Amino acid sequence: MKHSLSARTKVAVYGLLCVLSVPFVFPTWWMVTSSLKPASQIFAFPPVLFPRDADLTTYSKVFSLQPFATQYFNSAYIAAVVTLGTMAVSSFAGYAFARIRFPGQNLLFMVVLLGLLIPAEVTIVPLFQFFLKFGLINTHWPLILIPVFGAPSVFATFVMRQFFISLPAELEEAARIDGLGRIGIFWMIALPLARPALAAVAIFTFLHSWNLYLEPIVFLSSPEKFTLPQALTQFVDAYGGPMWNIQLAAATLTAFPVLLVFVIAQRHFIEGLAHTGLKG
Amino acid sequence: MLVRTKVATISPAETEGVGKKRLWTMAHQDALIGYLFILPQLAGITIFVVVPLVLVFWYSLHEWNVLAGNFDYTGLDNYRQLFADPVLPEILRVTGIFSIGLVAFNMSLALLLAILLNQKLHGIILFRTLFFSPVVVSLVAWTIVWGFLLQKDGGINGLLAVIGVEGPNWLRNETSAMVSVIIVQVFKNVGLNMVLFLAALQNVPGELYEAALMDGASRWQQFLRITLPLISPTVLLTAIITIVGSLQVFAQIAVLTQGGPGTSTTVLVYYLYQQAFQFHLFGYGSTLSILLFVIVAILTFAQWQLRKKWVFYEA
Repeated sequence: MKHSLSARTKVAVYGLLCVLSVPFVFPTWWMVTSSLKPASQIFAFPPVLFPRDADLTTYSKVFSLQPFATQYFNSAYIAAVVTLGTMAVSSFAGYAFARIRFPGQNLLFMVVLLGLLIPAEVTIVPLFQFFLKFGLINTHWPLILIPVFGAPSVFATFVMRQFFISLPAELEEAARIDGLGRIGIFWMIALPLARPALAAVAIFTFLHSWNLYLEPIVFLSSPEKFTLPQALTQFVDAYGGPMWNIQLAAATLTAFPVLLVFVIAQRHFIEGLAHTGLKG
Repeated sequence: MLVRTKVATISPAETEGVGKKRLWTMAHQDALIGYLFILPQLAGITIFVVVPLVLVFWYSLHEWNVLAGNFDYTGLDNYRQLFADPVLPEILRVTGIFSIGLVAFNMSLALLLAILLNQKLHGIILFRTLFFSPVVVSLVAWTIVWGFLLQKDGGINGLLAVIGVEGPNWLRNETSAMVSVIIVQVFKNVGLNMVLFLAALQNVPGELYEAALMDGASRWQQFLRITLPLISPTVLLTAIITIVGSLQVFAQIAVLTQGGPGTSTTVLVYYLYQQAFQFHLFGYGSTLSILLFVIVAILTFAQWQLRKKWVFYEA
């Protein structure tokens, strides 16, 4: 609907956009500013939208009450390993399903797609038993192995397959005439071209791992093993009530780096996800 | 290359045989590489999806209390318990309301935002960034902030009080608790559907609107007759993803309401978690897993069937 708009309509659209952006922006603003307020002020009335003097002691408490730096590291390295692992697994599988012919291909692809149908919650009990048998409860292995090889990576494989299908066949034929074998074609021709799809896979895989909540609370039990989402909910007082300002400070620390990367690279984020992420 | 050099020295019949054999082995080699490439994914799906799915069914035929340490085959007893469970109808009602409310609100808001963002205006990218930003905020961080905002004396009631409205204790009242968990989830992820709709809107050829304009079609008619049919594949795809996703919402409920007050926000996934990991009833928990699986499977199947009737245009 690319008509040029009249001035009145323009004002109306801008007004609507501003009103609609409140519930998207205000929570983040409120999180950051409230984390800087002393505990006595966070429920003040009328609400303090711009705190005057920042109180940073809350932030030091985040690190003294829990091994927060370790938890931060846990989340970061798990997300990094899961992202790289998923990119590898899904580009191999996606390429093979898209461009190589082998017997049983369609059936095997259906089996793999089963992963899209099955929420993690359905299989959490047997997976818990499985890792219990191998003595891997309260380790990070389940949080790495399940996403990289299990159901969560299927979506990535699907995206990669859709991308590789769209590559023109002449490209591979030309490479074959130049003497490249199958692996050479994959590695030197197809994979470099797949960068946009890989970027989309990397973004949603990272976010998925970074947000994971059910699996950590099922598999992990000691604070120094916790990941961030789980750690955030552990800042509670003796009665189990949340210590709001500390939770908000920890939440700010958790959200900030990803938000920063997003603001810098928002175009790649959004367009990558929109165009390669889900087409087809 | 090898084949070609041989052509000069040996008879045509032999060449054919050699060529075939070479092709045959090349195809074989290629297939072997194919299998190797899918091996990690296939092995992973077998170990982490197929076998667990079979095991869940097997577990669901047992009475298995982890604390009591028993694991007794009881046949279909858990399924009888499932149908007799006095809480379950309530859980399913809550799950249904949550999913329908979430999908309806999410899809309509996403479409509205996408249409607004599709206008040629300065600074529109800024708004796109703002609407999308909650997607990248850590889920639990986002939920905690909203939990804080929704307290009785929290930010939302504070803002309402400024204009003279006394807000409810959002998370302690059955209706408003359900509204709250839906809203928190929608604002978190509506940006994803929004950009998908936006991409679809931008793919609608402009000439169609020009032609419609010449025929004297109103904006609303253009939307109903051109835009909506052309973006229907995207609408369907996002509907599937959103509905299946709504059945997996766990963290938000665990952090905001713990399924309460009462069971007013206990969706099926949360009930399953409670039974299995809080009450240690793995057998019954597995039966609930099977129920969840069946629901997801039916929904997905129904939507793929609907697709034939409903989708006018394939991208």
